[in-house]
Amino acid sequence: MPDTLKLELVSPERLLVSEQVEMVLVPGVEGVLGVLPLHAPTLSTLKPGFVDVYKGNVVVERYFVAGGFAEITPTTCTVLVDEALPKETLTQAMAAERQTMAKALHDAAATDEDRLKALKALEVADAMMSAAHGALH
Amino acid sequence: MPSLKEFRVRIESVQSTKKITSAMKMVAASKLRRAQEAAEAARPYAERMASMLSNLAGASVGRAGAPPMLAGTGKDDVQLVVVMTANRGLCGGFNTNIIRSARTLIRELLASGKTVKILTVGRKGRDAIRRDFRELIVGEYTEFGRKRVAFAEANEVAKKVTDMYVAGEFDVATMIYARFKSAVTQIVTRQQIIPFPVPVVETTDAQMVYDYEPSDTEILTELLPRNLAIQVFRAMLENSASFFGAQMAAMDSATRNAGEMIDKLKLRYNRSRQAMITKELIEIISGAEAV
Repeated sequence: MPDTLKLELVSPERLLVSEQVEMVLVPGVEGVLGVLPLHAPTLSTLKPGFVDVYKGNVVVERYFVAGGFAEITPTTCTVLVDEALPKETLTQAMAAERQTMAKALHDAAATDEDRLKALKALEVADAMMSAAHGALH
Repeated sequence: MPSLKEFRVRIESVQSTKKITSAMKMVAASKLRRAQEAAEAARPYAERMASMLSNLAGASVGRAGAPPMLAGTGKDDVQLVVVMTANRGLCGGFNTNIIRSARTLIRELLASGKTVKILTVGRKGRDAIRRDFRELIVGEYTEFGRKRVAFAEANEVAKKVTDMYVAGEFDVATMIYARFKSAVTQIVTRQQIIPFPVPVVETTDAQMVYDYEPSDTEILTELLPRNLAIQVFRAMLENSASFFGAQMAAMDSATRNAGEMIDKLKLRYNRSRQAMITKELIEIISGAEAV
């Protein structure tokens, strides 16, 4: 059995990670997926949360992602996210700002579609907040 | 023969033109660097999304209940052409090439009896297309990419296209833009964006069967519009990088031409100055001899 798989973490702005890793945790909509080499092929949508990169049984990198998609094959794991932030750069102030912005967006929303968008933004902001507090897994 | 003063005036004017073009060249070069970085940074995401989508599409194409964005409407009677150009000129053949390709495509489609609708992104394209196909234009964006290409703008275009598609206003959408190859080469590209072109998958290797979370249709319905926005975004980034590349090249050759012109004018100026001096000398000498 191979002991590593290729992880690619990509946001629209850039390629954040492209390397061999031992395990990666991905926040799937139906629960966190722990991806090891030879994982069954899976396509999943993601919810806001952490992508954890494991090397040598320890987390070497943590990224907060705002939702996206993951494609898993036995040898690769491609994670496409709307937005990704390394954990170290995540601050409570940033999350609070996002929350206020999302709330303002929600109050200003005129159509159902706008409201839905604002709710999504709020969900991301809330997840960011709890992530910044360290409350997220 | 123009007078010496006229020469001086012309030389001065060419010199100031040269100053302007060389300044524009430098500005374009620095903007090109940023635009190129942005375009290259966006490539991995767009490429991976396309490959993810084609895996998914390969599995569900031809099946009943596949989202219409993937399966198409089963017709190709109404064609939407999205023409992407720059807002500004002074960039050599950049806009012209895109417009020419667009015009050819539109003519071909019209000739084969299709209905064509046009969406223009960028002022130059709108102006040129409006001259020939004014009544076919269904929408235009001219305020985009003033500073830099923003994802929100691409999203707006994608949303308009999606809305039109959902409302059944067209069957097939093609996007025309210039792909950035290098600072001097831009390739005018036609890309079909709706229905999503499913690449032919070799059936020889064992087709991977994916697990879907939550379900394949749900993922598809989320992935497809997002993919469209990403492809539009990418096209806009490529276009803007291409534009600055073309502008830089055009301004470079303009600067060089101005330099050559100044040299030629200077030569002619000096010749006629010498001719004048010689003439004056001859007049003086022959005047003196006559006395």
